[in-house]
Amino acid sequence: MHVGMLLQMAADGMGERTAIGSRATGMTMAEMAVRARRAGTVLAGLSGERVALVDLNSGVVPVALFGAALAGKPFVPLNYRLSDEMLCELLRRTAPATVIVGGGMAGRVGSIPGIELIGREEFFERTADPAVEEADPYGGDPDSVALLLYTSGTTGSPKAAVLRHRNLTSYVISTVEFAGAGVEEAAIVSVPPYHIAGISSVLSSTYSGRRVCHLETFEPRLWVDQVRAEAVTHAMVVPTMLNRILDVVSEDGCGLPSLRSLSYGGGPMPLAVIERAMTLLPGVGFVNAYGLTETASTVALLGPDDHREAHASEDPAVRARLTSVGRPLPTVEVVVRSEGGSPLAAGERGEIWVRGEQVAGEYEEHGGAPGDGWFNTRDEGHLDEDGYLYVHGRLDDVIVRGGENLSPGEIEAVLLEHPSVLAAAVVGIPDPDWGEKVVAAVVPAEGAVIDEDALRSFVRGALRSTMTPERIEVRDALPFNEVGKLLRRVLREELADRFG
Amino acid sequence: MAVELKPGARFRSAVCATEIVVIKAPTGAVDLRCGGRPVVPIGDASPAGLEAEPGFDGGTLIGKRYTDGTDAFEVLCSKGGTASLSVGAELLELKEAKPLPSSD
Repeated sequence: MHVGMLLQMAADGMGERTAIGSRATGMTMAEMAVRARRAGTVLAGLSGERVALVDLNSGVVPVALFGAALAGKPFVPLNYRLSDEMLCELLRRTAPATVIVGGGMAGRVGSIPGIELIGREEFFERTADPAVEEADPYGGDPDSVALLLYTSGTTGSPKAAVLRHRNLTSYVISTVEFAGAGVEEAAIVSVPPYHIAGISSVLSSTYSGRRVCHLETFEPRLWVDQVRAEAVTHAMVVPTMLNRILDVVSEDGCGLPSLRSLSYGGGPMPLAVIERAMTLLPGVGFVNAYGLTETASTVALLGPDDHREAHASEDPAVRARLTSVGRPLPTVEVVVRSEGGSPLAAGERGEIWVRGEQVAGEYEEHGGAPGDGWFNTRDEGHLDEDGYLYVHGRLDDVIVRGGENLSPGEIEAVLLEHPSVLAAAVVGIPDPDWGEKVVAAVVPAEGAVIDEDALRSFVRGALRSTMTPERIEVRDALPFNEVGKLLRRVLREELADRFG
Repeated sequence: MAVELKPGARFRSAVCATEIVVIKAPTGAVDLRCGGRPVVPIGDASPAGLEAEPGFDGGTLIGKRYTDGTDAFEVLCSKGGTASLSVGAELLELKEAKPLPSSD
């Protein structure tokens, strides 16, 4: 089925409910559907084959997402935190396209062949014009592409994950009950629109009938204030956000009385942080969700009852479940396989493979999805005797810092551009706040002296602050094996000892 | 009148406001009915003046999924109505799904 149907059903079945914004002044489901239908016409008439977005979170995002769907054009939300250079590179790959840009973004993009810009305000105003014809609300082919999301891969260059309408709608109708939210429920969305969780929250909230409040960009004090002011009942955060939210709540002692459900995902959650959260927010049901861009969001989850049971248990095996991502969704199969592809027994570590209608596993650069439907997540993990899934990390050495996937290769390439550097390696080491932090080891060029701060500034200028190594060790050599392959694990341990 | 179904295909009732979308389709043709009358592909003209047959008037609910009791066939009701869905004379069952905790 097509993404357009989710919104049209919400408009038909609960049109008077508030979809976006505050209850008094927000936009209803019926109004959002009308806006999206007009957006469908507007976007179909603009140039290009895709609709990209370079903007912070706002109520414009759902209208753009559904509007692009009704226009029959893939929606491509881009990471506005990228350096100008990388952003333009991705836009060149996205062309020909119309790009909806927020304030201050247009100047960063400049002039790129095949790319036409439209300001966020102008776009949104045009969807308010009754003279604009309304597009067919049900959309077209469920097999067409709904979404392209650029993800960090093993190589430096991001891959474009392809998600079709049927992937996204399968996820929603199999995990969300239509109109299942109480009329008093409200969700706060603080994950950015270029993250799969930002997209799935739009779709799930619409289908469940849950009001959504957007936070333009995450800041812990603002997040807490908005949860209290809007009586928010549901939220999704990445682990890094949670710890910072807890700092605010713990300092002012006022709690989060309206909050019922807090889900988290996007990276490993330190046990100390989730235990702190459960103690500070005893009225909240916690949900750990595991999923990938390529799987259209959640494929396994650890629910509130699992959390409470594990938290209260004396049994180490049960208690350990707080570090698991729970059990697969009923509509998703999960197996752990050896490197050779054979299924492994409970307790044995291997590669996590998933299969289900929502699983896309398709990239623009590599053609179609795997024939048998099984997708290799490239995450390392194991299943326990009771079917709980544990994720140990990315097999591809991608650094997951605060829910953001960072490619070491991309950072290493920049370090190597600096004249004082002969060799460079970048790894993630455990960090209580960020899950992992970025550190580097470099070997100086002959006769060169390395200035750590200058080198860090160099990386920040070429990439962005989150990709800048927090510490850089200068050494005579990097650890390589006999065939010249960098021993990342060895290096990670050495740097963790030094900088951890 | 049996029709070939494929996921994403949309139909409406010939006797009430019910509209459905196919979620899972078995191989081969299916005699899908609403109110005891064959459903009509969205976009096609429907025969006028038809009423639901007795026993097929329980109604459908928007957002609910219906199956024939197997794992191979499932439809989603996108608009509710007053008649009931069936395959031939066999009424479809409401699919009861255990609600999952919200994860996004």
